[in-house]
Parts: sequence; C-alpha cells; structure tokens
Amino acid sequence: MYQFTKKIAQAAMTMAAVATLSTAAMAADISGAGATFPYPIYAKWADAYKKETGVGLNYQSIGSGGGIKQITAKTVTFGASDQPLKPEDLDKNGLIQFPMVMGGVVPVANIKGVKPGELKLDGATLADIYMGKISKWNDAAIQKLNPDVKLPSTAIAAVYRSDGSGTNFLFTTYLSQVSPAFKENIGAATSVEWPSGIGAKGNEGVAGMTTQTDGAIGYVEYAFAKQNKMTYLNLINKDGKVVEPKSTSFQAAAAGADWANAKGYYLVLTNQSGADSWPITGASFILIHRQPQNPAAVQDALKFFAWAYKGGAKMADELDYVPMPGSVVSLVEKTWGEIKGADGKAVWMAAK
Amino acid sequence: MSQQAESMALSAEIQQRIQRQRMLDRAFRAVTMFFALLVLVILGAIIISLVEGSLPALKKFGWNFLTTERWNPVTEVFGARAPIYGTLMTSAIAMIVGIPVSFGIAIFLTELAPEWLKRPMGTAIELLAGIPSIIYGIWGLFVFAPFLQRNIQPLLIAVFEDVPVLNTFFAGPPYGIGILTAGLILGIMVLPFITSVTRDVFETVPALLKESAYGLGATTWEVVWQIVIPYTRVGLVGGIMLGLGRALGETMAVTFVIGNAHRISPSILAPGTTISASIANEFTEAVGDIYTSALVALGLLLFVITFTVLAMAKIMLIRMQRNAGTRT
Repeated sequence: MYQFTKKIAQAAMTMAAVATLSTAAMAADISGAGATFPYPIYAKWADAYKKETGVGLNYQSIGSGGGIKQITAKTVTFGASDQPLKPEDLDKNGLIQFPMVMGGVVPVANIKGVKPGELKLDGATLADIYMGKISKWNDAAIQKLNPDVKLPSTAIAAVYRSDGSGTNFLFTTYLSQVSPAFKENIGAATSVEWPSGIGAKGNEGVAGMTTQTDGAIGYVEYAFAKQNKMTYLNLINKDGKVVEPKSTSFQAAAAGADWANAKGYYLVLTNQSGADSWPITGASFILIHRQPQNPAAVQDALKFFAWAYKGGAKMADELDYVPMPGSVVSLVEKTWGEIKGADGKAVWMAAK
Repeated sequence: MSQQAESMALSAEIQQRIQRQRMLDRAFRAVTMFFALLVLVILGAIIISLVEGSLPALKKFGWNFLTTERWNPVTEVFGARAPIYGTLMTSAIAMIVGIPVSFGIAIFLTELAPEWLKRPMGTAIELLAGIPSIIYGIWGLFVFAPFLQRNIQPLLIAVFEDVPVLNTFFAGPPYGIGILTAGLILGIMVLPFITSVTRDVFETVPALLKESAYGLGATTWEVVWQIVIPYTRVGLVGGIMLGLGRALGETMAVTFVIGNAHRISPSILAPGTTISASIANEFTEAVGDIYTSALVALGLLLFVITFTVLAMAKIMLIRMQRNAGTRT
C-alpha cells in the first residue's frame, strides 16, 4: 500500500514537472486574440515563422469585439480588430493600432443566366437592394446600369451576415457612405438592424444561402468568392469606373489612401477615389499597449509583425489577402517607437 | 494467559480498524457533499453574474426590453420581443411535430414491435441524441432547407393561398430557411429525448391492467388511449418538458437555419431569430457596454424560461412517482 502511494506521488511529481516545462515553453509563444477575418493568414505566417525562428504564435480568433476586450484587459500581448478603434478610444485605453493586412468584400449573386462579372451595380443601387427598396432583378435601376444584360423578374433575396463581423462593418460603412438613406436608417457597425432579407452565419453561410436561393444576392470576403467560384458582381467606384474585384483593385484602394495623416491609422478604405479602386476594401488592425506590462513579449510580437510585413507578402497573396504597401510599413515601424517599457526605452529599438 | 493477551491485541486492532473506517466514511461523506454543494455554488454564481451583467441594459430599457421589437446595435436600442417570440414559436413547432411522432415510436416500441426489433430500434433513436447539434445545423442548411424551399414551402403557400388566416401564416417567398425550418429541425432533435422518457413510462404500466383490458376485448388503440396514456399521463408531461427544455436552449442548429432576423413576421416561413441564436451570432463582435449587457440580459431571460420549464417537469415527475405508489 505504502509502495503504491509512493509510486503515485512520484508519478504526480513527474507530471507536475512536465506541466511546468510545457508552460514555460508556452510562455515563449506570442499570444494574441481577435478578428476572425485575418485568421487564415496569421496562422500561415505563424507556421512559417515558427519553422524559421522557433517562436510560435497562439492566436485565438474569437472576433474583433473579443480581441478588443482581451487587449484592454491585458490578457493577451496583442489584440486584432477588423474595425479600427477611434483615436480617442486608443488614448483612453493606452493603445496603439496599426494595419496588418487588407482584404476586400465582394457582392455575389445567383441570377439565372448571369455569369460572374457580367452584372455591375453602383453603391446606391446596392444600398437600395439591402433596404428592400428594389425587390426585383429587372428593376429599372438595375437595368439602367446593365443595358446589355437580360434580367429576369425574379424577386431579390438579400442575404446578410447574421454574426457580428468585420465584413459587415466594411459593407455597411460603404453603403452608408454612398447612400444617405442607408446611413440614416441603418448605419454602419459589425451588426446592424437589417430591414429585410435573410441572415446567414459566417461567410460559408452567406455563400451557401446565395448559391441555393434563386435570385439571391450576398456579400463575402474576396477569398471566399474566388475559391468557391461564385458569381461576383462588378461595382462602379467613386470615380465612376467599373471595377472587378481582384487583388490589384484592392491594392489600388490602399495605395490611394492617406495613411500618413490618419491619426492612429483610423482609416477605413471603403469608397476610395482612384480609377482602379475597389470600393469595399478594408484593413485588419493590430492593437498593442503603449506601455506594455511585459515588454519582452511585445518585442517578440513586433519582431513577428516586422517579419510578416517583409517576407509574408507572397503568402498573403496566395490566400487572396492584400499585403500592406511598403510606404505604410515604414510608417508603422516608426509608430512602434511609441511603445515603451517601464524604463522609458522604446521596445522596438531594443529589438533591432 | 497468552490466549487472553492475543485476543486483547486482536480486539485493539479491530477497534483501530473500525475507527479508521469510520474516518474514511466521514471523509467520503464530506467529499461527496462538497461536490453536490459545488453544483449549487456554480448555479448561484451563474445567476449572479447573469443578473449583474444584464443590469445596465435592464436599467436603461426597463420593462420595454421585453416588449420592444427593435434591435439596433448602431443606435443602441435593444428589445427582446423578436427573440422571445422566435424561441417560443420554434419550440412550439418542435413540440407539435415531436410529440406525436415520439408517442408513436414509444407505443410501437412498447406495445407493437416484435421482440427482436425493440432493442436495435430503441438504440437507433437514442443515437439521434448523440449527433452534435452543429451537424443538424449544417444538414439543415445544405440539405433540409433546399428541400423545403423546392418542395414543401411552395406547396404550403399554394395550398393555403385562399384560406383566410392561414394564408398569412404560410405567406411566401419560400426562402427555405426560417421559423418553420428551425422548428422542424428542433422537432427532430427532441425526438430521442421525448421518446426515451415516454418509452420508459409506458413500460411502467402493469401488465395486469393491459391484459385485463385486452381480456375484455379492447383493441390496441383502446388499450393505448384508455389504459396506457391515462396511467402514465404525468410522466408523459415530464418527458415533453425535458424535450421542450432542450428545444428552448438549442443554439447552433437553429442559428444555421432560422434566418437570423430580429423581426416578428406573421408568416412562419419568414426568417426570425431566437434568444440563443442572437447571443451566438452577436456576442463575439459586440462592442460597447449596453450591447454586451443586452445580450447577457437575453441569456438571463432564456435562463428564466428554461428554469421554469424544467421546474415544472420536476414537479410533475415527483407527482407521477407518488401516484404510481398509490395506484398499484
């Protein structure tokens, strides 16, 4: 009996030792939480980064709201949000923010006889569809924009994202910019009160619902539309030009943006001017404390971000994300100088 | 002399052993009691945090929270009427579908099925309970909803087109997803719960009673309606309540197929939302105190509704047990 207890005690001690070892190994990982939209690319970067440096990333894609809550509560080293925080909110919580990667939101549809890229809409018409003002595909407003397309009289089933998401934020921000009525009645947020239509959960839900329903229109992240070969729609941008959703048109929107004068990088890339700009483009942001409790952890995180800016562009491209332009990256790296440890030294400078 | 000493030593050892065993018993009792109390503590903690979390929203909206249909995160006006309606409506549809089918299965299994079929069939139905709800959701969205959209819903709309009242109830367009679809999926999901309880209580009916009825020339139909169901009445209600509790709180499967619209439509083909679906959809990205608090308040409401249902079930089960004692 005594022998047995002794054995158990030994086993328990060994296990405790193993547990401490593994937590020590975990502590070296960079911890972050937030937006689901950039999760695939963060995961891919993290994988490659771990192979190169041995430092892993523990990123929980719990949603932008959760990411903001966790970084405010200081339970993670960085938070991630698809919706930029306003400069005053950043100051209130002692945070800095910077854009990490970009993506586009693409309207998709399921209309009999209409091929991908055949139909084009402008923002006001899209807003009217989602407000329930335009209810048939052969409505004069749509026909006017597409004189060559034979449109059926099918009822439009507007499909929206029911879960709060950065995709919703970009889409509603764009519609609010181009339609005063949309701004007045619905507004822009990660979830809004849609007056009509059907809600589906996640990109996959919207894609599924749109593909299944005759006459449906929806909006998904670009990667989703591309990989599922959905019938995407072209949009008419701020300059009045017809643009196709593709990597170069998202980059055009980012290139035209005035990052240098955007306080706290508070910049939403929707409805940018420029002949080739895709109107529903957005960046995903990282949030870090200005005076972190654990400067060493932040240093590790910054090293990872710097690595991703420099060497991650190709991987981003492969997953249909848009890497940040070089000019923005050097601005961001300058901003990192504001992150200071308890000793007042800049964390990022020490890393270099 | 030596014999006496030996027996003394023996009795001392026995005494010691008895004492040790008593102590072990006491320790065991303390540990089990701790576990039992832990449940109460956790329950209490959940209630407290729910109430605390929902206070800002409840203070701001008061009773209007229950009666407002609007749910606008942009202007921060929140009301729970649409989710409450959706929760009760989908559960009601689930019960309308689930109860008769479950009863039928239970009657077949206890009264009519040949012996060799009883066990595999009973197990198959209980297996339904083991399917994760996300699977029901995905199946509902990609298989069941398109089927309803193409075949059932156009038929319902066409059949009831000229019938007053019912034509608003089954008004188009057929989206495939909506309150009805969610209710039907829930109906399938509660089947195993109601069926297994129903079957168990049907088996408590004494053979004497049934055989007497058969002996008097009663048909199976008459035995079921006049002997089995009256005898097990209270237990049946308990089973139904368990199924209802499950239907009220189901989240993932419903979220996929209900259409997630914070609106109350007269038509059950239209999209709606339930309490749990709203929370699952919006909690992750809810920014702002009032928004989060409104979602927690929804959770509190669901807790109150479910708790009431389960408490009723418990009371009925207790009454059934008491009655079972007096009747046989």
